[in-house]
Amino acid sequence: MTPRTPGADLPDHPDWLWRNPDPKPSYDVVIVGGGGHGLATAYYLAKNHGITNMAVVERGWLAGGNMARNTTIIRSNYLWDESAGLYEHALKLWEGLEDELDYPLLFSQRGVLNLAHSLQEVRDSVRRVNANRLNGIDAEFLDPAQVKEICPILNVSDDIRYPVLGATWQPRAGIAKHDYVAWGFARALDRMGVDLVQNCEVTGFERVGDRIVGVETTRGDIRAGKVALAAAGHTSVLADSLGLRLPIQSHPLQALVSELLEPVHPTVVMSNAVHVYVSQAHKGELVLGAGIDAYNSYSQRGAFHTIERQMAAAVELFPMFARAHVLRTWGGVVDVTPDASAIMGLTPFEGLYVNCGWGTGGFKATPGVGWCFAHTIAHDEPHPLNAPFSLDRFTTGALIDEHGAAGVAH
Amino acid sequence: MMLIPCPWCGPRDESEFHYGGQADVRYPENPGTVSDEEWGRFLFYRDNPKGVFAERWVHAAGCRRWFNVERDTLTNEIRPAHDATTRTVTR
Repeated sequence: MTPRTPGADLPDHPDWLWRNPDPKPSYDVVIVGGGGHGLATAYYLAKNHGITNMAVVERGWLAGGNMARNTTIIRSNYLWDESAGLYEHALKLWEGLEDELDYPLLFSQRGVLNLAHSLQEVRDSVRRVNANRLNGIDAEFLDPAQVKEICPILNVSDDIRYPVLGATWQPRAGIAKHDYVAWGFARALDRMGVDLVQNCEVTGFERVGDRIVGVETTRGDIRAGKVALAAAGHTSVLADSLGLRLPIQSHPLQALVSELLEPVHPTVVMSNAVHVYVSQAHKGELVLGAGIDAYNSYSQRGAFHTIERQMAAAVELFPMFARAHVLRTWGGVVDVTPDASAIMGLTPFEGLYVNCGWGTGGFKATPGVGWCFAHTIAHDEPHPLNAPFSLDRFTTGALIDEHGAAGVAH
Repeated sequence: MMLIPCPWCGPRDESEFHYGGQADVRYPENPGTVSDEEWGRFLFYRDNPKGVFAERWVHAAGCRRWFNVERDTLTNEIRPAHDATTRTVTR
């Protein structure tokens, strides 16, 4: 085998992809949050609905929040029909996104294994596989030998504390290069004349009665026909200034990477029970995540004992990781809902739309969110795929309880 | 890792505790008259401030008692609530 340089297939770092404009006094639509969801929403508003007099305002730098902090996993193997619809729509869009944006996203459909460590988990996994298939989503249940075949470095022996009894397998799942996803959308938006305004924090809203007509920012007031929130963990902070209470709690979610290694890990492996998820980035880092830290926080960091637990689980499942060095750890702020499903739709305020509560799993939904949220904003009513995710489900009780398929402890 | 002031045991590592969320969330006094909207609010809605938050912890690996603290959710600065040991939550 010819030795290959890790990262040799990465494209050059771009030096210019979008303008850095000052905000104009007014736009048809202002999107709050310049991460993946905000950018994708703006993109489909422009492409599908012809709206280009638009700004995406970002308090820091473009895609520097959770978009820069996630573990880049993409999959659609959710249990409930509502979630399956939304995430599978996103996955289908992912499959054409590189061509559409004409930009390399390093979208790699290397598959995902969701491990089962108990008889109950095996049964739940088989049930989820069946549900996935009924929704046209590729899924199968594998026994430990088949799991080992797909991921040879995984320890499937039966003498560990939580042996691998099997796994669900979604071959079309994978990873993408998160920064390039943001940059691809940003470049397309810039070319369509959309303003991407950085270092511009929204501090309040302009309203006339129950209608939102603009935002107050650290770079002046901006009037807007419509305002859409896509601010992830900080949505409560924004909504509080309107007296709008949302059923979300902001928590730290930590991730870490190893030093660069030769390719050792061919797929994505996730485990709910021992709680770790791992893939290997194109450049060679092992990318590991776990669940949220228990307490509310906006500090973009978490506690070390969470990392310690996650590493213990990882080393038991992947004994060779014991010799890898951690290069870097970091935290994002994720907003979690009581039913582990997102909130996307209208608000009690006319002209204000909310997209939040994605918890630990927003990245995979990026293009699907953009598509559906753009429809919601353009037509003042939810797209059929995001209608079940409206705010009123917390009153009607029609919750979408995805704690299992969300694959995370929250 | 945070050092959390247990009113009975003193400051201990965070890993000895479990988190209980917002402090002083009261069960509705007259459940029979509570509307769907109010039930939803009670069950699913909690404060989520960026700043000082009154919250509950239980010293699970110590005295196993619940208490309240006030913590800044941005800086993790933490201090006992003035009535840390007396305020209770009906569940």
